Amino acid sequence: MAAEANNVASRSSLLLALRAAARTALIAFGLLLPLIAFRAVHDIRNELVLETRWPLFAAFVAIAFAGRLLWELLPRESLKIRLAAFARAPGQLLSAAAACLVLANVLRLAAKSLADTDAAIALAFTYLFAFATFAFVIGAVGAWVIRRYPAGTETGRQRRHQIGVGLRTGALGFLLVYPLMLFWLAGSQGSIKWIDNFGIQILIYVMLGWGLNIVVGLAGLLDLGYVAFYAVGAYSYALLAKSFGLSFWILLPLAGILAAFWGVLLGFPVLRLRGDYLAIVTLAFGEIIRLVLINWVDLTNGYAGISGVPRPSFFGIPFTDGPDGFAARFGLEFNAIYRTMFLYYVILVLALITAYVTMRLRRLPIGRAWEALREDEIACRALGINTTTTKLSAFAIGAMFGGFAGSFFAARQGFVSPESFTFMESAVIVAIVVLGGMGSQIGVAAAAIVIIGGTELMRELDVLKAIFGRDFDPTQYRMLLFGLAMVVIMIWKPRGLISTRTPSVFLKERKAVSGAHVREGHG
Amino acid sequence: MTLLRVEHLTMRFGGLVAINDLSFTAERGHITALIGPNGAGKTTVFNCITGFYKPSEGRMALQFGDPAVWDEIEALTERGQRGLECRAGSLFLLERMPDFLVAQKARVARTFQNIRLFPGMTVLENLLVAQHQPLMRASGWSVLGMLGLPSYARAERAAIEKARLWLDRIGLTERADDPAGALPYGAQRELEIARAMCTDPVLLCLDEPAAGLNPSESAELARFLRTLRNEHAISILLIEHDMSVVMEISDHVIVLDHGVKIADGPPDVVRDDPKVIAAYLGVEHDEVSQVEAEVGL
Ligand SMILES: Nc1ncnc2c1ncn2[C@@H]1O[C@H](COP(=O)(O)OP(=O)(O)OP(=O)(O)O)[C@@H](O)[C@H]1O
Ligand SMILES: [Mg+2]
Repeated sequence: MAAEANNVASRSSLLLALRAAARTALIAFGLLLPLIAFRAVHDIRNELVLETRWPLFAAFVAIAFAGRLLWELLPRESLKIRLAAFARAPGQLLSAAAACLVLANVLRLAAKSLADTDAAIALAFTYLFAFATFAFVIGAVGAWVIRRYPAGTETGRQRRHQIGVGLRTGALGFLLVYPLMLFWLAGSQGSIKWIDNFGIQILIYVMLGWGLNIVVGLAGLLDLGYVAFYAVGAYSYALLAKSFGLSFWILLPLAGILAAFWGVLLGFPVLRLRGDYLAIVTLAFGEIIRLVLINWVDLTNGYAGISGVPRPSFFGIPFTDGPDGFAARFGLEFNAIYRTMFLYYVILVLALITAYVTMRLRRLPIGRAWEALREDEIACRALGINTTTTKLSAFAIGAMFGGFAGSFFAARQGFVSPESFTFMESAVIVAIVVLGGMGSQIGVAAAAIVIIGGTELMRELDVLKAIFGRDFDPTQYRMLLFGLAMVVIMIWKPRGLISTRTPSVFLKERKAVSGAHVREGHG
Repeated sequence: MTLLRVEHLTMRFGGLVAINDLSFTAERGHITALIGPNGAGKTTVFNCITGFYKPSEGRMALQFGDPAVWDEIEALTERGQRGLECRAGSLFLLERMPDFLVAQKARVARTFQNIRLFPGMTVLENLLVAQHQPLMRASGWSVLGMLGLPSYARAERAAIEKARLWLDRIGLTERADDPAGALPYGAQRELEIARAMCTDPVLLCLDEPAAGLNPSESAELARFLRTLRNEHAISILLIEHDMSVVMEISDHVIVLDHGVKIADGPPDVVRDDPKVIAAYLGVEHDEVSQVEAEVGL
């Protein structure tokens, strides 16, 4: 009897799972049909023709079906418990990490031995598994720390604090040696891409995220036009450096001040707007700045942009090949990597300054007023806080950091054009702040690494070619995966990666405030 | 001695007259209660006094320091100025000031009918936001504070000390580091009053502080308000529906109905006023005397 009932139950659960998987496959079919099955290409006569990619499309739908089926059939609750138990034992963790590495190596060798795969794909496998191992170890160690040192006890709190300080010092140390380590590991040719794309690029967005975090995360003013201040900073540097020959170090603060000025200018008309209305007007402001840059051809050279923007020098010593160049002065052989390394350290310092200033401001009355504004503007006014100046100061300081980042961007590229300041950029920066957890600096940094690092990594993922065939170009799917990742994070952590808020002062102990109480402002 | 003088206050929302030609005074060191049935216009009076609404007509003057400055009121009104601050005393025409200046300069603090705390900030942070103005000055408008000068650290310690005193008084010291939104309802009401007191007000406007409290909590609140008045030389303007609280602690009661003042006097006089009873029962007042006669009162 019992066995029969069991049988029936498992059969009906299989049926349910199949039905769910079929539904998922249907949705994937509908969504992906226009995205993947058809592609517009130029044929030999340069005419636009529709090309179909049925096998690739079928592969995607099949993956959706199989994934959902697996997910439904997985004993999820017991899996969770087993995973938790697993993460509790450090010995098991280490063996798992070791197993991951061994597996990665085996796969690498296997991929190498296959006739039609080349070394690049094998290398990509190695990267992927090294990355997976790294992420796994970090997550497991975090889980272990939380379990081993519970927050409720005195010693647990102390140890957690120590571990936190240790982690922060470790992260800072890693950031400091990152380019040197790469240079040592991969040589000047191999490392330049990694320092530039994964170091400088991510740090620019970390800085932009931290700047916008003041406006959106702390003051609760949803600003969708933040890229305007980035553009103001970039064009200020490009124009002033080209026409007056001023140095990067003079123009950096100047660009920040100009951007702050524009921040106040934007702030005035939108003071009375809240929520969606504020978002729409700031969005329009961003577009206005971009359109002005396109159409004021006399000043900005329109779409063509400004090229030949002076590159930053090492406090007066240019990074050029020649007797006066940086390499010659310091008795080194000329190499382009020195400039890249220098730029890396400049943006690292700029980003750290942003973080430090924000952290300090948050503990001053002005920072508390920003957060109070996010929580309840009417109550602020009843307490005698001038909400006008408070909002304007948030706009100005946020814009200032955007301006700094902009002038750095112009100096790094040596070229600026309106192309770089589209709404997409604003959207990415807002996404970084929202995904990070509004107000949390660590969260914003993590989100920038995930989003920017992830999109950059898509360029590197040749491993997908092994699955989808040779002519599969992963960079084409960047936006698709980007959107998918956003949806997943928003389901898994609707308030961002770090949803708790750290109080600015405390009487007895600093207890994180649960995100459930914190308002999201938007006004 | 008069602290607040409201003269011919009228507030219209389109065709609706929420307050109609209301005049009253609030004395220094008194608890003045403002009562009336739902929709009588009590909250609107508060919003006018605290600058959240700009009244359609009328004058509202608040004075502290030397009462001699009252003599300046006509001259001020003539000159179109919003107030006068001199060493002897200050006089403000509230209808001319924006809300945050009413709180900052005229030192009027208020609470809200539906509690408005900063729920995601801790209890202590709520009390520090209330001390924004002095702390801002101590931090040199953030510049000196950024440099980490010890004078700001000292000011912040003093502010925390003051917050702790108020927390001790309302018995919330243990929960200082918890988010305000996590407190039980009654504690949130008390915290809102403590937060208002942290701004060092001369006039405290409380909009239904006993709403949602049980009888013993209401009694405790009444005691608390009385000690506030006695020990801090503060004047209180109180909107309250709980008549036990009103009759117990107020020195003066003003009754509003449909935006019009229908009674004004000490609590025991107002309580027996047939017009007041009629307004609360929702009938004409001659009907009340008729009924009273019938039951033999
Ligand atoms: N901003 C506004 N716009 C339009 N009408 C308003 C506004 N504020 C208040 N009113 C109206 O004014 C009248 C008085 O409202 P008010 O809130 O002052 O009453 P109240 O005496 O506080 O009542 P309660 O005891 O219910 O709090 C009501 O009819 C209300 O609808
Ligand atoms: Mg009311």
